[in-house]
This record gives sequence, C-alpha cells and structure tokens, in this order.
Amino acid sequence: MTGEIGQLALCLALALAIVQAGGGLMGLRSANAARIATSAALGQFVFVALSFGALMAGFVTSDFSIADVANNSHTLKPLIYKITGVWGNHEGSMLLWVLVLSVYSAAIAFLKRGGEQLTAAALGVQGLLAAAFILFILLTSNPFARLDPMPFEGAGLNPLLQDPGLAFHPPTLYTGYVGLSATFAYAAAAMLTGDIDRAWARAARPFMLIAWIALTLGIAGGSWWAYYDLGWGGFWFWDPVENASLMPWLVATALLHSALATERTGAFRVWTLLLSIMAFSLSLIGTFLVRSGVITSVHAFASDPKRGVFILLILSVAILGALTLFAWRASKLESGSAFAPVSRETTLLVNNIFLVGALAVVFLGTVYPIVLAAFGMKISVGAPFFEVFFAPIFIALMIVLPFGPRLNWRRGDLNAAFRTLLPALGFAAATAVVVLAVASPRALVGAGAFAVAGWVIGASAVDLVKRLRERTISVAALAAILAHAGLGITLMGVAGTNLWRVESLEVLAPGEVMTIGGYDLRFDGVRGLEGPNYRAAHADIDVLSGDRVVAHLSPERRMYPAEGQETVQTAIRTNGFEDLYVALGDDRGQGKWTLRAYVNPLAPFIWLGAGLMALGGLASLWSRVRAMFFAREAAEPAAA
Amino acid sequence: MTPKKRRRLAFAIALLVAGAGGAALVVYALQDNVLYFYSPSDVAAKHIRPGTAFRIGGLVEGRSVRHGKGAAVSFVITDGKSRMPVAFAGVLPALFREGQGVVAMGRLDAAGTFDADEVLAKHDERYMPPEVVDALKRSGRWKEGQ
Repeated sequence: MTGEIGQLALCLALALAIVQAGGGLMGLRSANAARIATSAALGQFVFVALSFGALMAGFVTSDFSIADVANNSHTLKPLIYKITGVWGNHEGSMLLWVLVLSVYSAAIAFLKRGGEQLTAAALGVQGLLAAAFILFILLTSNPFARLDPMPFEGAGLNPLLQDPGLAFHPPTLYTGYVGLSATFAYAAAAMLTGDIDRAWARAARPFMLIAWIALTLGIAGGSWWAYYDLGWGGFWFWDPVENASLMPWLVATALLHSALATERTGAFRVWTLLLSIMAFSLSLIGTFLVRSGVITSVHAFASDPKRGVFILLILSVAILGALTLFAWRASKLESGSAFAPVSRETTLLVNNIFLVGALAVVFLGTVYPIVLAAFGMKISVGAPFFEVFFAPIFIALMIVLPFGPRLNWRRGDLNAAFRTLLPALGFAAATAVVVLAVASPRALVGAGAFAVAGWVIGASAVDLVKRLRERTISVAALAAILAHAGLGITLMGVAGTNLWRVESLEVLAPGEVMTIGGYDLRFDGVRGLEGPNYRAAHADIDVLSGDRVVAHLSPERRMYPAEGQETVQTAIRTNGFEDLYVALGDDRGQGKWTLRAYVNPLAPFIWLGAGLMALGGLASLWSRVRAMFFAREAAEPAAA
Repeated sequence: MTPKKRRRLAFAIALLVAGAGGAALVVYALQDNVLYFYSPSDVAAKHIRPGTAFRIGGLVEGRSVRHGKGAAVSFVITDGKSRMPVAFAGVLPALFREGQGVVAMGRLDAAGTFDADEVLAKHDERYMPPEVVDALKRSGRWKEGQ
C-alpha cells in the first residue's frame, strides 16, 4: 500500500510542478497566476515529501514487494542503514534530489525575496526543473516499481555504504548541488523579467550561501569518508566523481565573490549571471556523470543507458535555454560601473579568473577520458595532471587574496593595504622558517606552501585584531575572516599530508612490533567478531611508548555474507596535529597479517579548515537572515 | 576606433591569447599524464616499452598467486590468450581472488614483468571493471550473463 501512496503522491507532485511552471511563467504578467505558482510550489513540496516518506516507510518495514527495497535492503541491516539506505541507491537518491529541489521551491515561494514578479518567474524555472526530474524518475527510475513474486529477503546494501557517512554526505551534497538551482532560477527570472540589476543577486544571496556551505561540507565530508573508509590513507583521489562535486564548488565560490560586487556596485552584472548559469549547469553535469553510469564507481549504482540519455536531454535543454536567454538579454545590458585597476573589484576579478582557470583544468581532466572512451580509447588521467595545475593556481589565488578585503570599492590604495599586511608577511616568513627547521625531509615547496598559508591566516588575524580593537567587528566581517583563514588552514593540512606522509607496510606475527614515524605498534593478533550483519576480523594493536601502552587501535576487515563483500575499517588516532592511521591487510596464515600504517602530519587541518570555511559562510548567511527578519536591510549591505 | 574601443580590443586579444596559451599548456600536460588501458594481448601485440606507465586488466590466473618476503606478492593476469606476470608489494584489495577480474596500475620492467603500484579488484559481487569485460570479450572469453 505504501508503494501506491508514494507513486500517486509523486504523480500529483508532477502535476503540481507543471502547474507551478506554467503559473510562474505566466506570473510575469498576471498576479493571479503568480499566486497559483506559489501555492503549487508549496503543494508540490508536500507531495514529494509524502512520496519520499512512503519510500522510507518501505525501507524501514523491509517491504520487499517494492523492487527498490528488495534490491537494496535486507532485514538484518541496522535501522540507521535502513533509513539512510533510502538514498543509497539510484532511484531513492534521485527522489532525494527532487525532494531537496522542492524544499528550495517552497522556500522561494514562502520568502518571496525580490518581489512578486521575480519570485513567480523563479518558481516557474524551478517548476520546469522539478517536472523534468520527476518525469525522469517516473519513466526511468521508478522507486515504487513492484516485484511479483515478492522475495523473502532483500539483496542488501553495498557494505561500503553501510557507514554513518551515508547519513550526512548525500543529503548535504544534494543541498549544495540543488541549492544552485535556486540561484540559477533567480538568474533566469531576472533575465525573464528583464530587470537585470542588483535586486536578483540580493534575492538569490541566501540560497547561494546555503548551497555553497552545503557543498563545502558535503565535499569535505565525502573526502573524510573516503579517508577513513577506503584504507588507502589518502583524502582526495581526483576521481571523476570527486571532481564532479569540486567543479560546482569552484564556480559557486567564484559566484559568491562576483555577486558581492554586483550587489554592491553593479559591477560584473553579466558575468555574475553567466556564473549562476555555469554553477547549476555543472551541478547537472555532475549529476549526469555520477548517475548515468558513464563513470563506474561506488557512486554509480547501476547503469541503464536510457537514464544517461534522459539526464543528458534535461541538461542540454536547461543549459542551452539559459544561454539563449542570456545571449538575448545580456547583449542589451549597459556595461557595468567603472572601477580603477587597483580596487576591490579587480581583486574579485582576479579571484574569478583563477577559480575559473582551476575549473577548466578539472573539467578537461575529467571529461577528456569520457570523450576518448566514445572513440574506443581507454585512458585515465592521473593525479599529477591535476596537481601540477591546481596547486599553482590556488597558491597564486591565495597570494592575492589578503588584498581583497583591504581595498576599497571602485578605487583602492595598494600601499596602505600592503602596510596593514606587514604583520601577516612577518607571520608568513616565520611559518616558512619553522617548517624548514622542524620538518624533515626539508622541502622548499612545503616551506613555500606554508608561507602562503601563513600569509592568508595572518591577514585574517590582523583583520580580526584590528576590528576588535576599533570595535568595528560584525558578523559579516567575521565571515570573510573565518572563510579565508579556513582556506589557509586547509592548505597547511593538504601540504603537510602530501609532503610529509610516512607509510609502512609489514607482515606481522602476534607480539611483533612495527615502528612508524615515532610510534611503536605492537600487533596482538586478530580475533573473529560477529556484527549484526557481518563477520569481522578484528585486530588488536597497542601503541607503545617505551614499555607503556599509550593507546589501543583496532582496525577490522568485515565480511558481509548477504552482499558477498568485504570492507576495511581503519583505526585512526589523532592528536589534532597528526593522524596515526592503521588498516588491516590480508591474512598471511599462521596468525600473520599484513598491516598498513600511515602517519599523516596535519591531516586534521584539512577538515578543520573546511569547517571554518563553512562557518564563514554561515556567518555571512546569518547576517543576511538577520537583515531579512529584523528589517535592518541596509545596515550592512554586502560587506561579506 | 575610439581609444576606449582600441583599449578594449587589445584587452580582448590579450585575454584570448592568454587563454589559448593556457589551454595549449594544459592539453600538452594532459598528454603526459594519461594512463592507457591494455589487456595482456594488447601488451604482446603493441610491443610496449619497459618503463611506460599503463593499466592492465584481466582475470587472475588460477594457482598463480605467490606470496614472497614481507608484503611482496606475484600473480598472473590473463585474458585467455596472453598472460602477464605481475609483481606487487602492498595490500591486495578485499575482493582479490584467483579467477576474478582485476585492474593493475604500474609499468613493465626490463624482464617483462609488470611492476604494479596499485591493484584494484571489482568492488562487489555484481560488478566487474568494464575494461576487463571488454578485454575478455575481445579475446572471446566473455559469455553474456556471466
């Protein structure tokens, strides 16, 4: 029964999405139609949520008459993975995609930012997207398809996904991906209404921020998941699926910055529009890459060529439609306000050029193998390609970064800005000296990377101290301070881990000790353990300091009989500055096992920095939300 | 042309040249960093020189896995027509078994052994690396529904 309710609710949601699209687009002329679009958006959200709830009920009660549940669940699976398993498969994850889209539509309808007309047009665009994706689900990926006869037991969920990471990684990432649809919808709405001034950028700002924060957290969370779950000691593999999430982030970051200028002085109006279109287009391309089966990975649940073609169709129509609108409207725009070569606008321009350059590199490296595969050539692009371009671009970006917040709009004073940055320069030099003195082996590249990180963090600190002293600190100012410092801290983590990681691989018999990076690890053997739906080989390892045991590590290998798969559970001990990371290898007989251990210096900084960046985004969001609800609209516009 | 327009044109041309230069550089670097995928038969047919990095895929030949000193392990990858001995020092993936599909990344040494830096197996019972499926199809070892 739940299956039928879900299916019916989804069909009704489709009808309402079409009404929302029609009403929204007609809402440009008629206030009545605009009101219909608003109600339709709220109704569509209710029905998509109902449909999603029905699927979740199917998973929780293990209703194997639903094919999706039978193929991806199991009665013995712990409840948390029954719930999160809803989106641990293709059909359910697309339904989550649509659910998030409808939440954004409802929020746009409820908040009515930028006035009735802009809201209606934005809802129209959102409605078109929702209709396309609900149709995609109903026609190619129906999560409520029935199985007859109904099996007694489900096939289970890929054990790699039976991890708490599944609870937060897909929802946050989708909040980011799909959140860019709201920005896209507002940009398209502005072009439809013809009022391409600053209003739309201001209206779209909170959605832009939410999307960016969620993308930041989603990417960082995914990288943390890969770090502890795969047992390879790495946190980023330049895998096409990772790149698919990085690309929208790069553009969203550029967009956040260029939209600041657009809101404040009207500069980069055309460019900001284009970035909004690009950001969501890359979200769609990401969805296509991950969901179409073009790329095989843990994220590509199943491949069915029909699906790929359908998403490709949605993608082409959305991108081409938006670009056509853009070509038609943008050519009629007067050029934006002028600014001097030394001004905040210039630094934002530089920021955008670097970020889009980084995007181009990632895009080429990701798409090139796919294009060649169409001609029968099988290649993969290695990490060195990405690193050789990505690192210098980001370093250059971060050298310029501290000047941005210190230069005035339209015309700035470079000398004055540089004078206030002298303490940061001192801090950068000190960081480099410390790194050269402490770290071994000595690496000039590392010293350089740390100098740049120190420069950015120092600039944030200088700003914070100055504002605290002058009592000009505000939430909006704090946003830039936190986000920029976070970037510096992440760079330290990335550089530290990549340049000074120590790795060791040994076959150990019980009682034997291996030494790695100043830690002595005593292997005390492997025991068999029974989990709820797996059998584990559980290793006991004591970390020794002299004769004293200072910590206990227990990495595992887990065998899941229902799915016929094995996973690795790493054991990580961190002191906040470095991670001791141990993974259990294979059984070599007579109680001997291979053990793989890493010491990753500064690895925690990678995620600490990402967290700070997200916190910066939250601060900026908070300053907007406060303005929205406490009517202090003009109190501090666009400072962050 | 007004001076303003001339300035703009110069700016546009400079941007175009810089962009084209950058793109050329990126594509050039791309050529050096791609890893080709070969089956054991391809390696035999194409006379690949030692030292060239590539990926190789096929089935792990039955009874070919030997554990050496420490973490060293050797095995043979086959596509039914040709065989390729592989040497590896590291942790084999969880689903590495004789008779199953694997992809290895590395380079040929002078003796004709494939020196692997990384070995990937299929990551669940249902999934086989698509390259391996293709390689097996070409050598006639693949049956539909397998």
